[in-house]
Amino acid sequence: MRVATATADPMAPRLARVRRRRRDGPDVWTLDIETEEADGLLFAPGQFNMLTAFGVGEVPISFSGDPAEPSRLVHTIRAVGPVSTALARLGPGEPIGLRGPFGAGWPMAEAAGRDVMIVTGGLGLAPVRPVLYCLLAERERYGHIVLLHGARSPNDILFRRELEMWLRRHEIDIEVTVDHAISDWRGHVGVVTTLIPRAAFDPRHAIALVCGPEVMMRFVITGLRDAGVADDAIYLSMERNMKCAIGSCGHCQFGTVFVCRDGPVFRYDRVSQLLALKEI
Amino acid sequence: MEGLERIIKEHPFFAGLDLGFCALICGCAKNVRYEAGQYLFHEGEPANEFYLIRHGRVSLELHAPERGAVTFQTLGPGEVVGVSWLIPPYRWSYDAKALELTRAIALDAACLRQKCEADHDLGYDLMKRFMPVLIQRLQTSRLQALDVYCARPLKPCA
Repeated sequence: MRVATATADPMAPRLARVRRRRRDGPDVWTLDIETEEADGLLFAPGQFNMLTAFGVGEVPISFSGDPAEPSRLVHTIRAVGPVSTALARLGPGEPIGLRGPFGAGWPMAEAAGRDVMIVTGGLGLAPVRPVLYCLLAERERYGHIVLLHGARSPNDILFRRELEMWLRRHEIDIEVTVDHAISDWRGHVGVVTTLIPRAAFDPRHAIALVCGPEVMMRFVITGLRDAGVADDAIYLSMERNMKCAIGSCGHCQFGTVFVCRDGPVFRYDRVSQLLALKEI
Repeated sequence: MEGLERIIKEHPFFAGLDLGFCALICGCAKNVRYEAGQYLFHEGEPANEFYLIRHGRVSLELHAPERGAVTFQTLGPGEVVGVSWLIPPYRWSYDAKALELTRAIALDAACLRQKCEADHDLGYDLMKRFMPVLIQRLQTSRLQALDVYCARPLKPCA
């Protein structure tokens, strides 16, 4: 996998257009974006783009599409603020600005030959979906692959049809749980950490990728460590107030690291002391 | 009884159980079976038993006005249903329903409480087994109460 680098002027957005927009949850929209470059934009799983809604602002959004399809850039956006709401409203043909790709991605090389335990929560499945595409594309390179995903309710489960399709392929163990459900839901109910002890994987030889709200990640890390996963085998994707995306402005400074430049994916043992702090 | 003893000893909740304690617990145990949709117990009823799930799945539910039954937890094989039998007034605070055909060991709460009073070592052993379950469920409830996946954060964001 070639890790892409940003454009010549990393602060200048390139013009792109929305090709397709689809709803993936109550407030969640996925945009397919096409750039003017014929060969698209190479990116690594876990990297992000700064997306611009012209006249409104810019926000960091992880890639959620297949790295093998660089001409089809996919970003999944939850409409929660003015910029993300404006982005989520963009329809086919409308212009969008993008800078990137930025950041350090998931450790795909380190995962080779090992069991891969992926634990996600809420929108945290989106930055991990490129990992799943890569794992499935070269399934024989990896051991047991487990995806544990937590959502607020059955209506909030991201990429539900794709999860069901992967389940039918039997190449990944997938368990989904929701925090609460009404009576028509037949799956698990409870927080995602409760699925870890039941998961079939070898914790001593596994690599764990964790993405979701920070509180959830803290509890998931505890669950993984209890199961026997080593600190240096746990990776997490951090979310901070990223603005410049090149480690210059300091908005996303997290102790001694910049989340935009040194992350957003970090090995747990390298940030564990920082995670324990209430304010940085 | 020998079958029950083996099942109890092999159930993860009673992993490493002392043989003497196992015999005492077996005296309060019986096999039970619930069809899909059948309730193990209802909110407000006396907590006369607790259950070790062997096969199947059980949902724990609360009934909310205008929402109906809301499931807040599901439990499966190797897990235990019911902690209200431990603490007065020994009443269930939720409903428990079998989601599919469920086989379990039901343990008579009054029988077990009596044996724990008579043998505090047994009581202490049981308490050590139930405390992690209680703590884990407390932590789970905290996370659910935080609503960490909520789309609307507490402070404005981009």
